[in-house]
Amino acid sequence: MNTYTIALAGNPNTGKSTLFNTLTGLRQHTGNWAGKTVVKAEGEFVHNSSSFRIIDLPGTYSLYSNSADEETARDYIIFEQPDVTIVVLDATSLERNLNLALQVLEMTHRVVVCINLMDEAEKLGIDIDLAAISRKLGVPVAAISARSRQGIPPLLDLVEKVAAGILVPQPLMVRYSDETERQLAELEPQVRCILGTRFPSRWVALRLLDGDENLLSSIKARMNEEGIRPEQEVVSYGRTACH
Amino acid sequence: MVFRMVSYGIALSDAKMGSRIRLNRIDIQGVMRRRLLDLGFVPGNVVEVIQKSPLGDPTAYRISGTTIALRKEESSLIYGELEGEDAE
Repeated sequence: MNTYTIALAGNPNTGKSTLFNTLTGLRQHTGNWAGKTVVKAEGEFVHNSSSFRIIDLPGTYSLYSNSADEETARDYIIFEQPDVTIVVLDATSLERNLNLALQVLEMTHRVVVCINLMDEAEKLGIDIDLAAISRKLGVPVAAISARSRQGIPPLLDLVEKVAAGILVPQPLMVRYSDETERQLAELEPQVRCILGTRFPSRWVALRLLDGDENLLSSIKARMNEEGIRPEQEVVSYGRTACH
Repeated sequence: MVFRMVSYGIALSDAKMGSRIRLNRIDIQGVMRRRLLDLGFVPGNVVEVIQKSPLGDPTAYRISGTTIALRKEESSLIYGELEGEDAE
């Protein structure tokens, strides 16, 4: 039986933990993330012929603002690289929720978007065009009501397909201003040269342009841990480290 | 057509209760800027002034379907144009 690791990401109050509980039932344990006062919930479940280990990431609006919660969620997606990341969105406020979805899509292509609280949206008269969202984002989209356990099997079918590589999402690539794109074109090959293909180079380059010191120290710490050599040069002298 | 000087409209902190403002500039840098962007304070988005606290600060704003309270420190650096009947 195949075992896959999946991560649940989403804004606070999107029913992420309700989905987590629905999926895992009592087969879950909670603790803290190493070195952080952030709760970590982990569980297991089986669907079709696969078993899944699922991690409930902290609920965040973003992965950039450098709170402990956001850092935890970001580091998990970047460094642990789950087989699938499910981004849970609140059907009643998609506009705000899609911010996080786009951020995750820049980090990994193995994403399934899960629109929760469909029952609430229906009550408010909100009609959601799932096919259009899926087409625009370039990843599979499932609609559920975690509270009433509706739509769970189709969601898990999609998750399993993406995990097994049967379904390969082609996520939307956000294009930035010409100026930014020009800098990215210059920076990205160098990032790839230093970090290889283990991290999404476009995303790392974007963070560098953003002056994200916090991510740099995370990558540095990570590379030290793994005993990967030129970690000093990586940050200060990227160019020379390449040649 | 009325000629207008290039302006950034009014600061969110100067908007009256109940008015709606279409944002056009956020004059804040760093982590706080990122946070505000994440919460929906993005140029082009419309903010409604919901309620001032008894002492006038902070003030509650409605944005992207959520209520967010900001202090003058931040709201005085967020600019936009009045929308609807308040606009001249």
